[in-house]
Amino acid sequence: MSFSKRPEPVQVVKQRRDGVLRALVEGVPYIQFLGIRFERRGDELTGLLPFNDTLIGNPLLPALHGGVTAAFLEMTAIVTLSWGLIWEDMESGALDLDNLDHAHLPRLPKTIDFTVDYLRSGLPRDAYARARINRSGRRYASVHVEAWQDNRARLFAQATGHFVIPRRQG
Amino acid sequence: MSDKTRMARQFIQALPHAVALGMEVEDIERGTAVVSMAYDERFIGDPVTKVIHGGAVSALMDTTCGAAVMSHPTNPAGTATMDLRIEYLRAARPGQRIRTTATCYHVTRSVAFVRATATDDDADNPVATATGTFTVEGKR
Repeated sequence: MSFSKRPEPVQVVKQRRDGVLRALVEGVPYIQFLGIRFERRGDELTGLLPFNDTLIGNPLLPALHGGVTAAFLEMTAIVTLSWGLIWEDMESGALDLDNLDHAHLPRLPKTIDFTVDYLRSGLPRDAYARARINRSGRRYASVHVEAWQDNRARLFAQATGHFVIPRRQG
Repeated sequence: MSDKTRMARQFIQALPHAVALGMEVEDIERGTAVVSMAYDERFIGDPVTKVIHGGAVSALMDTTCGAAVMSHPTNPAGTATMDLRIEYLRAARPGQRIRTTATCYHVTRSVAFVRATATDDDADNPVATATGTFTVEGKR
């Protein structure tokens, strides 16, 4: 029926995608603890870490704690990977939009290893990160993440991690 | 405990993010450091299993490795992480304290090499291992 082929109204699409992303992010306490947010352009996500004083490692410089940088990168990798795994079901209608808690959302990928390359010290200001899924198979995924502050081309850290893909619930 | 060790311990425990995570320096001497962190629901990474997020373990690993470098007998004035790789061997048990032991096993004029292990109550069965390289600043 040609009627059903009409594109969905834009606000319906946005509401669905933003709702799923919000549920994914808000359900993880450590994302909230660090104050990380995610911005979405279509399916592309950007992690945003607003600066606050508790994120400081060395107060003499001052610089972001290396652990904050690592956590921000790992979180961006996990959320981006998870978002990619959910996307198809979300768009096809297979995902139950009325039950968007983590008991119903697909399980989060598990980190196997994570290697952070600290390129320069993190300044006391907001940071951004984007992940690229280099491989996502049935069981494993390899993800690269880049983080920057003032200039997109001047990364302050990058990381590569391997993850176990959660088994799909039956 | 030497004055230097006491200062290193105070310095580490005063790092704002170490304070935020409630890190406690248990031991720091001659290139080896032990730092621990209590389980806290705010650090949960997997809402279903209540397991702590890898990022919180990373922060503990990074702090402990840095502390190990600072306490090395070659006396580095300061250090920054250049590279840190973490392997997550198993999920840490929810509710249990995580304790990391880091050893700075080699120092050159410009670089320090560190290995670390994190455990929960089952100390024979590590939760995570890490290897890192750190800068060595102001070494005389």
